[in-house]
Amino acid sequence: MTQSDQNKVSMRRAPDILFPLVLAALLLGAWEGAIHYWQVPHYVLPAPSAIAHALCANFGSLMESLGSTLAVTLQAFAASTILGVATAIAFTQSRLIERTLYPYAVILQVTPVVAIAPLILIWVGFERINLALVIVATIVAFFPILAGATLGLKSADFNLLDLARLHGASRLQILWRIRLPTALPYLLSGMKTAGGLALIGAVVAEFVAGSGTATGLAWRIVESGNRLEIATLFAALALLAFTGVMIFAALSLLEWTLLRRWHESALGEAT
Amino acid sequence: MTLLSLSAVAKRFSNGTQALRDLSFTVAPGEFVSLLGPSGCGKSTALRLAANLLAPDSGAITFPTGKPEIGFVFQEPTLMPWADALANARLPLDLQNAPRGQATDRAASALARVGLAGFERALPRELSGGMRMRVSLARALVARPKLLLLDEPFAALDEITRAQLGDDLLRLWREDGLTILFVTHSVSESAFLSQRVLVMTPRPGTITADIALDTDLARTRDGRLSPATIEAQRAISAALNGAGALV
Ligand SMILES: Nc1ncnc2c1ncn2[C@@H]1O[C@H](COP(=O)(O)OP(=O)(O)OP(=O)(O)O)[C@@H](O)[C@H]1O
Ligand SMILES: [Mg+2]
Repeated sequence: MTQSDQNKVSMRRAPDILFPLVLAALLLGAWEGAIHYWQVPHYVLPAPSAIAHALCANFGSLMESLGSTLAVTLQAFAASTILGVATAIAFTQSRLIERTLYPYAVILQVTPVVAIAPLILIWVGFERINLALVIVATIVAFFPILAGATLGLKSADFNLLDLARLHGASRLQILWRIRLPTALPYLLSGMKTAGGLALIGAVVAEFVAGSGTATGLAWRIVESGNRLEIATLFAALALLAFTGVMIFAALSLLEWTLLRRWHESALGEAT
Repeated sequence: MTLLSLSAVAKRFSNGTQALRDLSFTVAPGEFVSLLGPSGCGKSTALRLAANLLAPDSGAITFPTGKPEIGFVFQEPTLMPWADALANARLPLDLQNAPRGQATDRAASALARVGLAGFERALPRELSGGMRMRVSLARALVARPKLLLLDEPFAALDEITRAQLGDDLLRLWREDGLTILFVTHSVSESAFLSQRVLVMTPRPGTITADIALDTDLARTRDGRLSPATIEAQRAISAALNGAGALV
């Protein structure tokens, strides 16, 4: 891509960023105005300026909470990616394994995680609360990885697989040279979903664990609510949303970097 | 001498489709043989049986002079979209764990032989349909096969590209002393390219005619339009007609 092409792309992309920002400014301005006009009490709905103030006033502790939630999220994301890919590989290597394990993967997926989180917390123990949180969030994020990777590994071109067999390829060679590269776009798409789910799972797990043990953003939300510090609650909420967006953006960037040279999905974005 | 021999081969797929029945033919070393028949008569199945990618229900597929190295070309280029032309052409050697430098050299020279020197770094999506097919041909040649199996390799290409690739295939066949089994449903292509045309019946497929062609006459400068080629086309069409393919 030449420099001028790149400029053209960013010119065309500009509205994607600019328009939502303009809308945000308008909404925030209207919000701020409405709060002052109708004299809404701050413990019902704080003004954006009050939220910003709360964010600055509690910046250190909020960042600590964010760090804690983010750590759980990233560990769960990594664990679900590794487990999901490993399980998908096992599925494609053996129909028996797939038939045996698949129902359990589905059960894990359809059972509401809020319902099993208390059990996991008890089993793992409150003295290892972090591990318990990671396990809960991993369960939430696991399925889209498994589904994406399984579909991808099975999408390999039959003729290409025949060709590999003709030249005496081992299963490992076929996996490494053909199945895994074929699966990459599907896996990355699953990872984009899983990134957001890992964050949701971490927050749900913190809620279930309750105050006193967990120190993440969910706990700050509960605590601020109890103290009627609604501005701080909103600040924590905004941080959570921001984190979710950043995770999605990072994974989209990873996807684009890995696929832009050859895969249709990424090519479409560049042209 | 016989390189490849199929005798009384039958194949029924698990869904009950009887693709082939009593299929017998031989291919001599160095021969260029076309396998011609209507769509769905089992040509691809026969080729996959010859490559040992499928097992027959009955009958035998043998290589009396020992199992040769086989190159296979599909109807579609069947390339790895994430890999450049060089890596695609190198795949058979990579799978055989050949030393990397040597494999790269051989893949590059295979690409050069099919007219793709300078396109080593190009990804499949950056190549035209004809060039992709050439990469596929280079990949089939890179392991220095004795037997080349081609399954309607030029069917998806335009007339001009198809003629060029046909000429190139003839050149490679001569230079390497290859044995070629060429599946096609084009009467004119088989008449121009091959020394022998095996005509198949509709499914379940079996050989209905084995037509030997005088290739020296056909491959003159205006070979595709030479009287000998036209005459060969007439004979092949008649055999197809007799087989009930052109009704
Ligand atoms: N894996 C399979 N399972 C079931 N039926 C199959 C399978 N492969 C091929 N067939 C059937 O066997 C018959 C022969 O198929 P084959 O692909 O060998 O035909 P072909 O002569 O190559 O046709 P074409 O010229 O259209 O490529 C067809 O009726 C096809 O539907
Ligand atoms: Mg076919």
